[in-house]
Amino acid sequence: MKLDFSVVVDAWPKLISGTIGTINLAIAGMCIALVIGILGVAILRAQMRIPTLLVNAFIEIIRNTPFLVQIYFIFFALPLIGISLNPTATAIIALGLNGGAYAIEIIRGGVESISKGQTEAGLALGLHKHEVFFYIVLKPALRTIYPSLCSQFILLTLTTAICTSISAFELTYVGQRIEGETFRSFEVYFTLTMIYLVISFLTMGLLNAIGRWAFNYPQR
Amino acid sequence: MGTQELSYLLLGLSWTLGLTAIGFAGGIPFGIGIALMRVSSNNWLRRPAMAWIGLFQGTPLLMQLFVAYFGLPLLGFNLPAWAAVAIALTAHASSFLGEIWRGAIQAITKGQTEAALALGLPDRSRMFDVILPQAFKISLPATVGFLVQLLKGTSLAAIVGFIELTRAGNIVSNQLYRPLLVFGVVGAMYFAMCWPLSWWGRKLEQSMSKGANK
Repeated sequence: MKLDFSVVVDAWPKLISGTIGTINLAIAGMCIALVIGILGVAILRAQMRIPTLLVNAFIEIIRNTPFLVQIYFIFFALPLIGISLNPTATAIIALGLNGGAYAIEIIRGGVESISKGQTEAGLALGLHKHEVFFYIVLKPALRTIYPSLCSQFILLTLTTAICTSISAFELTYVGQRIEGETFRSFEVYFTLTMIYLVISFLTMGLLNAIGRWAFNYPQR
Repeated sequence: MGTQELSYLLLGLSWTLGLTAIGFAGGIPFGIGIALMRVSSNNWLRRPAMAWIGLFQGTPLLMQLFVAYFGLPLLGFNLPAWAAVAIALTAHASSFLGEIWRGAIQAITKGQTEAALALGLPDRSRMFDVILPQAFKISLPATVGFLVQLLKGTSLAAIVGFIELTRAGNIVSNQLYRPLLVFGVVGAMYFAMCWPLSWWGRKLEQSMSKGANK
């Protein structure tokens, strides 16, 4: 057994561009997921029968099938309905749809955590409607769901690795290219694993710091 | 899609179930070990458990599969593909189950520990007869949720080249040139396996929150 990490280390510019690709996918996917999440909760709260049924079906289907099958399905389905996108854009859509189903559940929990009395108390104190929404509904709701949203974001970042299966540009795809050129499979994947570990640790630290700064006011 | 293709998919499905069963069954004893180490007051036990959990929750499952698939042979183990995948899934499951059960153990109120101490129960009995049975009940919804996660996770073995349900779908789809039909069927098969589990987990959670509100 002889390990040779030099070929992997030599490929560092590719690894860095792959890392940026991964972060881009995760951020773009999360943005779509949040939009779907907010729209989904709005639809559920409107309590119309058929839209509610559709949103619930969407959540159940996404949550109970593997992401790999979803991304294959979307990859082959989009061209049939006349949309031809490059693999990276397809991957972003798949990540967004997948994350969206989880985001709906998280955001719904946050909205439901705000009791009606809180809104009424704000209004009774003579605050303006907008002030009540931003300071009394939105901010506490965001604080409640912030930890779940953060772990969802980390999960989404790790899920981007699967996008290599449709050759979207991200870290694992770059790794597989390097593997194909050097045949150093273990060294490549070990290095990738460490890079992912660093990405998720740094992201977690950053998100925690943002959370402490943004929600820095006493509870109760 | 003829019977031949369908039976090929079902063969893949049986491998998916097999991998899930091995990963889950292997994850249980190691998960209990990780959870107990994680709640220990001894740094030499707690820190490695924290590192183990952080390592597997901070990296993609796909990378864990690749590292096991290519790394175990380098260590001198000559394993078939399914065994390498099963080992990776077991390690993955142990860290997630360990973290779930750690939370459940710590959710048991301190009064229970104190009562056990006051009754003069030995450490082993306090953990296995008093804390763990209660923790098991609390952790059940999350454990079932992770089982769904693991079942979906086995699909990644397809990227490593192992023929389970998703890979079988890939192969059939390449033969028939009808990817939407094939992946639709494959997705429906996963749904048929995962949805009852998810439903059960949700029921457990609801009955538990009802009990908590009483």
